[in-house]
Amino acid sequence: MHLQRSHIYGVMGEFGEPEELIHAVEKIRAAGYRRVNAYSPFPVEGLSEAMGLKRNMVPFICLLGGLAGGVGGFFFQYWAAAIAYPMNVGGRPLNSWPAFIPVTFELTILGASLAAVFGMLALNKLPQPHHPVFNVHRFTHASSDRFFVCIEAKDPKFHLEEVARLLQNVHVHHITEVSDD
Amino acid sequence: MDGMREREQHEYLDERHEHDEPAVEAKLHQGPMDLAAVRAKLQSKTDKQYWRTLEELAGDPEFEELLHREFPRQAPSEWDDSVDRRDFLKLMAASLAFAGLSGCGRTPEQYVVPYVKQPDGMTLGKPQFYATVMPFGADAIGLLVESHEGRPTKIEGNPDHPSSLGATNAFAQASVLNLYDPDRARTVTKFGEIQTWSSFVESAQAIAAAMKGSNGEGFRILTGIITSPTLAEQIQSLLTLFPKAKWHQWEPAVGDGAREGAKLAFGSYLNTVYRPEKADVILSLDSDFLGSGPGHIRYAREFSRRRNLDQFAMADRISSEMSRLYVVEPTPSVTGATADHRLPLRASEVELFARALAAKLGLGGSGALSPAAEKWLDAVAKDLQKHKGASLVVAGEHQPAEVHALAHAINAALANVGATLYYTQPVEERPVNHLESLRELCADIDAGKVETLLILGVNPVYTAPYDFHFASKLRFDEKSKSKKVRTVIHVSSHFDETSELSDWHVAESHYLETWGDARAFDGTLSVIQPLIAPLYHTHSAREVLAAFGDKPGVSDYDVLREHLKAGNPSAELEKPWRKTLNDGLVAGSAFAPVNAALKFSAASLPAAKSTPADEIEFIFRPDPCVYDGRFANNGWLQELPKPVTKLTWDNAALISPKTAEKLELAHSVAWRGGEHGKVYSNVIDILLSNSKVTAAAWRVPGQADGVVVLPLGYGRKKAGYTGTNKGFNAYAVRTSDTLWTASASSSAIKKTGEDYPLACTQYHFNMEGRQILATGTLEQYRKNPNFANEHAELPPKELSLYKGEAEFPYDRDKWAMAIDLNKCNGCNACVVACQSENNIPVVGKDQVMRGREMHWIRIDRYYEKLKPTVGDAAAYDEALDNPPTFFQPVPCQQCENAPCEQVCPVGATAHSAEGLNDMTYNRCIGTRYCSNNCPYKVRRFNFLRFQDWETPQLKLLRNPEVTVRSRGVMEKCTYCVQRINNARIESEKANAPIQDGAIVTACEQACPTEAIVFGNANDKNSRVAKLKAQQRNYSLLGELNARPRTTYLAAVRNPNPELESA
Amino acid sequence: MSAGQPPFDSREIRRLSPVIGPGHTYGSVTDKISAIVLTRPTSLGWYIGFLIAFSLMGMMTVAIGWLVIKGVGIWGINIPIGWGFAIVNFVWWIGIGHAGTLISAILFLLNQKWRTSINRFAEAMTLFAVACAGIFPLIHTGRPWMAFYMFPYPSTMGLWPQFRSPLIWDVFAVSTYGTVSLMFWFVGLIPDLATLRDRSVQRPMKIIYGMLSMGWRGSARHWHRYQSAYLLLAGLATPLVLSVHTVVSFDFAIAIVPGWHTTIFPPYFVAGAIYSGFAMVLTIAIPLRKVYGLEDFITMRHLDNMAKVMLATGLIVAYGYFFEFFLSLYSGNKFDVFLVQQRLHGPYAPFYYALILCNILLPQILWSYKMRHNVTFLFIMSIVVNIGMWLERFVIVVISLTRDFVPSAWGRYSPTVWDWATFIGTIGMFVTLLFLFVRVLPAISIAEMRELVAETSEDEK
Repeated sequence: MHLQRSHIYGVMGEFGEPEELIHAVEKIRAAGYRRVNAYSPFPVEGLSEAMGLKRNMVPFICLLGGLAGGVGGFFFQYWAAAIAYPMNVGGRPLNSWPAFIPVTFELTILGASLAAVFGMLALNKLPQPHHPVFNVHRFTHASSDRFFVCIEAKDPKFHLEEVARLLQNVHVHHITEVSDD
Repeated sequence: MDGMREREQHEYLDERHEHDEPAVEAKLHQGPMDLAAVRAKLQSKTDKQYWRTLEELAGDPEFEELLHREFPRQAPSEWDDSVDRRDFLKLMAASLAFAGLSGCGRTPEQYVVPYVKQPDGMTLGKPQFYATVMPFGADAIGLLVESHEGRPTKIEGNPDHPSSLGATNAFAQASVLNLYDPDRARTVTKFGEIQTWSSFVESAQAIAAAMKGSNGEGFRILTGIITSPTLAEQIQSLLTLFPKAKWHQWEPAVGDGAREGAKLAFGSYLNTVYRPEKADVILSLDSDFLGSGPGHIRYAREFSRRRNLDQFAMADRISSEMSRLYVVEPTPSVTGATADHRLPLRASEVELFARALAAKLGLGGSGALSPAAEKWLDAVAKDLQKHKGASLVVAGEHQPAEVHALAHAINAALANVGATLYYTQPVEERPVNHLESLRELCADIDAGKVETLLILGVNPVYTAPYDFHFASKLRFDEKSKSKKVRTVIHVSSHFDETSELSDWHVAESHYLETWGDARAFDGTLSVIQPLIAPLYHTHSAREVLAAFGDKPGVSDYDVLREHLKAGNPSAELEKPWRKTLNDGLVAGSAFAPVNAALKFSAASLPAAKSTPADEIEFIFRPDPCVYDGRFANNGWLQELPKPVTKLTWDNAALISPKTAEKLELAHSVAWRGGEHGKVYSNVIDILLSNSKVTAAAWRVPGQADGVVVLPLGYGRKKAGYTGTNKGFNAYAVRTSDTLWTASASSSAIKKTGEDYPLACTQYHFNMEGRQILATGTLEQYRKNPNFANEHAELPPKELSLYKGEAEFPYDRDKWAMAIDLNKCNGCNACVVACQSENNIPVVGKDQVMRGREMHWIRIDRYYEKLKPTVGDAAAYDEALDNPPTFFQPVPCQQCENAPCEQVCPVGATAHSAEGLNDMTYNRCIGTRYCSNNCPYKVRRFNFLRFQDWETPQLKLLRNPEVTVRSRGVMEKCTYCVQRINNARIESEKANAPIQDGAIVTACEQACPTEAIVFGNANDKNSRVAKLKAQQRNYSLLGELNARPRTTYLAAVRNPNPELESA
Repeated sequence: MSAGQPPFDSREIRRLSPVIGPGHTYGSVTDKISAIVLTRPTSLGWYIGFLIAFSLMGMMTVAIGWLVIKGVGIWGINIPIGWGFAIVNFVWWIGIGHAGTLISAILFLLNQKWRTSINRFAEAMTLFAVACAGIFPLIHTGRPWMAFYMFPYPSTMGLWPQFRSPLIWDVFAVSTYGTVSLMFWFVGLIPDLATLRDRSVQRPMKIIYGMLSMGWRGSARHWHRYQSAYLLLAGLATPLVLSVHTVVSFDFAIAIVPGWHTTIFPPYFVAGAIYSGFAMVLTIAIPLRKVYGLEDFITMRHLDNMAKVMLATGLIVAYGYFFEFFLSLYSGNKFDVFLVQQRLHGPYAPFYYALILCNILLPQILWSYKMRHNVTFLFIMSIVVNIGMWLERFVIVVISLTRDFVPSAWGRYSPTVWDWATFIGTIGMFVTLLFLFVRVLPAISIAEMRELVAETSEDEK
């Protein structure tokens, strides 16, 4: 059993409708499993709640990015125009701050967006070309019309037969072992 | 680089350098001979054989082919007018090959500017100035020429010289380009074959020897006006050597009226010198004395001094200060545009006017005038009489003798002689009636009396009245298989129309290459001092004459010194000689006034003949830019907008708006370039005196109705790359009896139905009710000196986005410029001066038509009293019949709140600590945003690679202190920052502040009327600060709050109340 | 209910003109859309169209090559008209781009279901339009090889860009806009790329799509962060898209040239941008749905809505014209007043009237429900509006410059063959990119269509 365990990543169940998936996830979590993940071809409403996912870090990272872009942007312009190379341009004061606003704004947006996207990818640990779930032959449907739930072997409560039974109780279409290599 | 070598070769004065060949490896190959081949042939010979070799070479047909090939250049293509200079480089190299000739050619023994080792008192990079004069007609313009390491680069006026008083005109400014003109003739040729100078001297001697027996029977010399005593002396000595020889003169663009008029009035030729400064009232009878003719630079200066307005003066003093100018003329001239009152009359009616005036002043005679003119005349007559002894009547160069005689009589009657004008002995060495002189020559040629004809400088084949058929007199006659004149020798700077038909052609040296002398308009004897040894194998008229004389080979230098020595018997020559060279003139050599007894009465004049009212009058005038055609190959002058019409690169038949309406002649503004570039005008055939020209018709507001002006000097067939086939040749319809005025019924003008694109830099002359150019009358000014600023809505200082922010102090020097519109007469000297000083490229007609000319300073011409339009300048408006005309020079305004700087993305244009609006060429990426945002549109952009980087001669021309801009960068007036910095360096060395007047911008320096003043606005005593303190001073478009450093002083005219009331 | 009369009951509307055709399942939408890319054979029409577009693009490269060799002098520009076609086209293209971002961002925030099937290619259109626009500011400079001076980099001279210049604002605005649009588009693409990876049969395709999809596996945790990132991007893109054309309008509003220097520019440039953008979306959508039989996904409802948006923004633009006009006269500023006269009576008046016709008069036909549902008419209308908006930019950029302050400097402008070659060339480039796009990427967001299926199926329950 221990040997086995080390070879499998988890057990995967396949569903045809998002409602079934949500139902299954709720059941599985009720059964006390925590290392569970669901896979769907589109964001299923209510799935996050069912999975008990809380607010994520992306908005915060985005905020930081925006601040960096904006503040950095303005002071860079100020430095360039008033300190690094002061020039009398058309009699305007060295610190013509109103003229610096547009660039400041654009840099804010730029910083924020870059942070949001790359923050999201980083948190999702993407890119990640290979993942055990791809070993499951039918998993290709996860990107078109099927819904999957996977109870991972790392879960302390994980026990092959138990999990299989549990999944059967939620009218799963298929059950597959997900090998870990 | 080739050019440099070549120059050195001429400059080095010891023999060693003469055969220094270019370090180009020679390779012989078949096919049309190229330069490498020439060099190879030359190199294969030893020095001794040298020029024999060349003679052989010269016989070689391939070689000729190479030399006489017209430089094939690309036709201007759709988008690019630039010249392909490759073939040109070859030609440069060709002259290199000839450099070998200097072994046998002459070398000047006199040391001039050039040097081998750096002479004492000369620092590399520091320009030196030499005094010289530019002979021009019956005048010599005193110049100081700037020389950089032996290259004359810039012409300035000589302040000590009476004819220029430190100013110049456009011709003088542009003459330096003639020196470096790549199309100049470079060697002696016979039937177009290269000859050596010595072979010419030999044959000249042979001719002289042959003439000995016949006392010079059949030997004729043809020149233009000669004011050079030495030259005249040489000719005279030839005439004594050959008593039967004759000297003829032909100056196509100067009338005989002045000469003959003096003869008519005083019985002898006399020269008239005017003193406009002393005149309160001036009447010009079709005289452009402020814009052309002998002494015009001086006259413009004197006249402008009477245009000073000092608001603090008492009202009465102002009136006594400011003179009043009346002008009667057929076509608007610079003088007419400056006039307080201008009466457009047909050229032939000017004489009637003069007669009527004489009659009115009780001198007898009579002249019939239109009621309007009559009324005008009354007022003028009264005014003149009121100012007896302080008035002046000037007759025009192109008016007949009668008008001049009447002017003399009137001036005498008004007691002006000795007060506002005086008479001297003629400035011309040998005054004659040029037309008769040329007529006689032609008659003699036809009679077969002429064997040898020596033509010095002039181009009669092009300029002679066409009914003389001068070309046919020189051409080989197929039928009789003979030539009327056995030997024709032509001496000229270019191989032109006359050279083609001459046996010998001697390339003439430029005045900056030779020694000589000339008399100024007042007789002042001036010295022509060379600044550079001849660039090519060119020779002066003096050398050519000497070749026929008893001592050939005598140098101009010796001739000149001899003459001066004869001039002052004091044995000691060196000292006065040096002084003369330094001053550029012989001190105190001006002619003394002579008192001339008037032997003339207006009553005795035969009845005047004037053009019938129903006929069109055609008048011939020298072109304001190419003159009689001698400047046709000068790119600067070709691209220079003509003062009144603003046309470039072409002449056009000038017609009054009303007449144009009558003849249904129209313009249409092209879509590309538009008002600022390209205007299509109807093409007309002009059938006149059994000949025909085809010209573009151009409306000129203020021109007399029924007058068509045919400007001379265009339509050259052989002028060089720049000048050939531009415009139409007015000489083609100019006959000996219609030299200045012809007339024909209006059927003489036929529309061909075609349109011709003219390059006009300012088609829109209506101010559209905006205060661009502030004008007023003396009356207004007296009542309210501040009239110019009354309606300017200057925004309050606190109206700023950056309220409370400290402004830039500019506390050390604050450069500024004031332009007095009351003085500017639009003469264009400043435009060319700027082009020369700042290495401004010539862009060609095609680019001008796209609105891309590069002049850093432009002169805007506006007409007043026009109804505002929606920008449709073509609309006819009766005010156009005789509108008040004003000129406004517009350089960069150097705004303190420069709109251009704020929008430059890369900071390529920014302010200096002294408030200059600087351009950083190497930072500029050419977004053109600055130009869009410049309300004055004074910025110029290098849309293509306008600058010529290949032609070696043009490299010599450049001012080394100014960046040569390349393609894709913006440029504009810099207030001549290089001059500012020179002065700054001097002041730092002397540890003293820069004195007022220490910095003179190129435009200011050239200005004959002192209209442009530059200086430090922080220095309360500077001239510029004083001018800006005047209430007349206003900022162009002040309401935009750009705070320009260049400001204008409103133009104030001094009209006669009597005429105003009407 | 008689035809021509719009139905009033909203359920009725949804039934009559749904945002997705009936009877679609997750599988069917996936099949249908991914088939266009994966299984459907490349049609001859595609090749022909692509060839034409590509050769036009070739013409552009020639024109630009010659420009670099000779200089901007080969164009019709001069003094005083320093800016010609280059800037006109720049503003026009940027404007077109706006609809894409607007549809995907703003309509997303407003939770407009009907955006789903058009946002993907609308965003693609944005990217390609920005790409075309981006060419002009670069090549219109006199020395394009020095254009990098406009970017802030530590130069040996210690010089930095001049941040007071609207052109620098442009550089930042446009490059930010490009970057954000690209990210927004790509993030949206990730799940579909995964779909293509899983459905493609040839190995190379699998690998390429696999790399692009970065190993996306639709994990609930990923979706969770993905959605908030997408929402944030939408939230950021919205002010951005408004700012970009505002900044572009500053190029003119900040300058002192009469006809440029006016405060109304930012709003009415933005409105104009959306106006032309939606027109362009229609110009693309109508042939696209026809050729690839996507009538079920891009339904009449979409076309109708877009027509309405065009009508609305068109009216805003009309308001802008009116006020520009009114303020010029009201200000009493003699230069502005003269400018108005110029537009009405000057040599370029025909252009102004043509612009009024295209942008204000003709679009009023869109009030009619019947015409809004006439696909051919909509297609023609969309092209008319694009021409109109191009004319607007021409009138603003060129005609204002021809006659400004000093009459002596007045001139005229007319484009040369090179101006035209460059302009038409960019259209070629735009179409080329579109052709490639529809061939290799799903023109409609499959994942979002699945969502739509899910929701509609809920509606039915």
